[in-house]
Amino acid sequence: MKLTGAQIMMEVLKEEGVETIFGFPGGVVIDLFDELAKTDIRRVLVRHEQGAVHAADGYARASGKTGVCLVTSGPGATNTVTGIATAYMDSIPLVVFTGQVPTQLIGNDAFQEVDIVGITRPCTKHNYLVQSTESFARIIKEAFYLARSGRPGPVLIDVPKDVTKEIFDYTPIKEVRLKSYNPTYNPNMKQLRKAVDLIKESERPVIFAGGGIILSGAAAELTEFARKTQIPVTTSLMGLGAFPGTDPLSLGMIGMHGTYRANMSTGACDLIVSIGVRFDDRVTGKTDVFASQAKIVHIDIDPTSIRKNIPVTIPIVGDCKTSLSLLNELIDQAGLGDIAGKRKKWFAQIEEWKSTKPLAYKQEDTIKPQFVVEKLYELTKGEAIITTEVGQNQMWAAQYYQFDRPNHFITSGGLGTMGFGLPAAIGAQIACPDKLVIDIAGDGSIQMNIQEMATAVQCCLPVKVAILNNAYLGMVRQWQELFYDKRYVCTDIDCAPDFVKLAEAFGAVGLRATKPQEVEEVIKEGLSIAQPVIMDFKVDREESVYPMVPAGAPITEMLLT
Amino acid sequence: MKDEKHTMTMLVDNQPGVLSRVSGLFSGKGFNIESLCTAPTMDPRVSRITIVTKANPPLIEQIEKQLRKLINVIKLRDMTGPKAVKREMALICVQAKPEHRAEILRIVDIFRCKVIDVGLEHYIIEVTGDEGKLTALINLLRPMGIKKIARSGTLALYREPK
Repeated sequence: MKLTGAQIMMEVLKEEGVETIFGFPGGVVIDLFDELAKTDIRRVLVRHEQGAVHAADGYARASGKTGVCLVTSGPGATNTVTGIATAYMDSIPLVVFTGQVPTQLIGNDAFQEVDIVGITRPCTKHNYLVQSTESFARIIKEAFYLARSGRPGPVLIDVPKDVTKEIFDYTPIKEVRLKSYNPTYNPNMKQLRKAVDLIKESERPVIFAGGGIILSGAAAELTEFARKTQIPVTTSLMGLGAFPGTDPLSLGMIGMHGTYRANMSTGACDLIVSIGVRFDDRVTGKTDVFASQAKIVHIDIDPTSIRKNIPVTIPIVGDCKTSLSLLNELIDQAGLGDIAGKRKKWFAQIEEWKSTKPLAYKQEDTIKPQFVVEKLYELTKGEAIITTEVGQNQMWAAQYYQFDRPNHFITSGGLGTMGFGLPAAIGAQIACPDKLVIDIAGDGSIQMNIQEMATAVQCCLPVKVAILNNAYLGMVRQWQELFYDKRYVCTDIDCAPDFVKLAEAFGAVGLRATKPQEVEEVIKEGLSIAQPVIMDFKVDREESVYPMVPAGAPITEMLLT
Repeated sequence: MKDEKHTMTMLVDNQPGVLSRVSGLFSGKGFNIESLCTAPTMDPRVSRITIVTKANPPLIEQIEKQLRKLINVIKLRDMTGPKAVKREMALICVQAKPEHRAEILRIVDIFRCKVIDVGLEHYIIEVTGDEGKLTALINLLRPMGIKKIARSGTLALYREPK
């Protein structure tokens, strides 16, 4: 079949089952957009390229599919970098197409030329500059394969304009194989058996589950494993929803703003079964005293995650889902006897930590941000997809909204990208049109990608934005309060737009609550409207996120109020 | 833990940008590069990169894993220790005053190297050997006055079974 490069791209996208592309046009990609319009693929026009990548990211996290973006060269390409780095840190499968100036102009400082392959080398799983139409189809195939296999991640394809115009004889490529790339899915059985022995012996075990569980679709296997072995489960921020948050075995989130019982359990346990995690510094605190009494089993598909930050007793390289299924089988064969009896003392200790120091805040005359999140949880029955911005809003969402299912909490965990939540909500809403999608935002973060409200309005996406508005860059203010003698340098952002009017200006609906009694009513009204809604909650200005572990301290040394 | 010197050799796809992926990994992750050599192999699609790095054992493990993770790295081998032969080449421009000429030529003879350029005031000496030999030679020549040095960095090949 004689096809142009642009037509070849559409053929491969169809083969890959792509349903939606998030993008923004420009000079060198007009041909691609023109061809795109002839397919059934849904085009979502964002208002800034960063929004396109975050939206594709939110789409991928909510659906489990690969997110796809298409932007132009130069500034279009550089605007994607933050989004790509965000997806890279959280291992989200994306394929990002950037336009490039024609091949004969590359290197000439041509109009809107930038070396985006060079720029994104350290923040993509892999990237390509397409040098001929002949190689285009193979590269797209490889990109999708790389993005979703092994430890997923973003892959960028830089497409010069002439490559899209040239004609080439296209035959579909059936299979992709890369001789240098062979992710290990099946774990070593000997190592798994050793892990089972440790689980049998352990009196005070903890499971530490992360985003890897969600990425490999292993939530059911994890739940079976935890219940069978009677091991309490703590999750990282990325792992929220990997295990039901309301399950009696759940310890809640671990780390800098983790629950008291999760951090104390980690400090006191004799075994950590860590699955799909990478022991980020926000989780471990001071590494040399992290879980000092514990043996550590670490299961992850990426060998570089293992023994990177923490010494490990039993390293297991493998897919989380495969490994957990095999572990469950091995445990059935081995039999654990009266495991609940053996763990009785341990559960009593955890219960004491839970009941003496639960997550709590003081209800006062002002609206407490935690109260807003609690009300959102209550009024959505815990069924909404929650995206967040970054900072205090993110931590309160993680602490006070209970996630019982995977793919329902969408947040920028690794990179901590402010401005992620709204575009991610747009992507999630497109992936799950029947779900309620709420962006729990701060007044600072929301202003970083507020332009995407226009995208939501244009595409009739009924996303809800709940702004916990304290007129501060709250998390930094909190650090300034605690560690910088209350010198609130460059964190007071009281000079902000009227978010209700702003919503209306975008053609959306704006609502506001200034008193605790109004919160429920505003949420109820907001959720009932089938349009994009901004709910502006004027919250207590100086409320802080607790518990808190100061950066670099052991995670068992928590500030509780 | 003490830092150890490791020589790592990898076969990589011979494509533009691959060397930059490898060196970028080292700079981005804060790993150290003592020397780096690259050239195509018998197969024109494949290049060999040899890197000498210095790190403690856990970091060496991490460097190896990170290199293996690069899509363009086909095969990686740690060449440290006697299982591999390692050679480095250097061109040394040494001051050769008349009273030193005989001494320099004697050293050249002992070290089995070659004088490849002669001037009124200098010799350029070509030497090949392991790192120890090069260091010893340089130490002996230093008193005469070394004007310039160009070193190639280490190359390594695994010994075949005897």
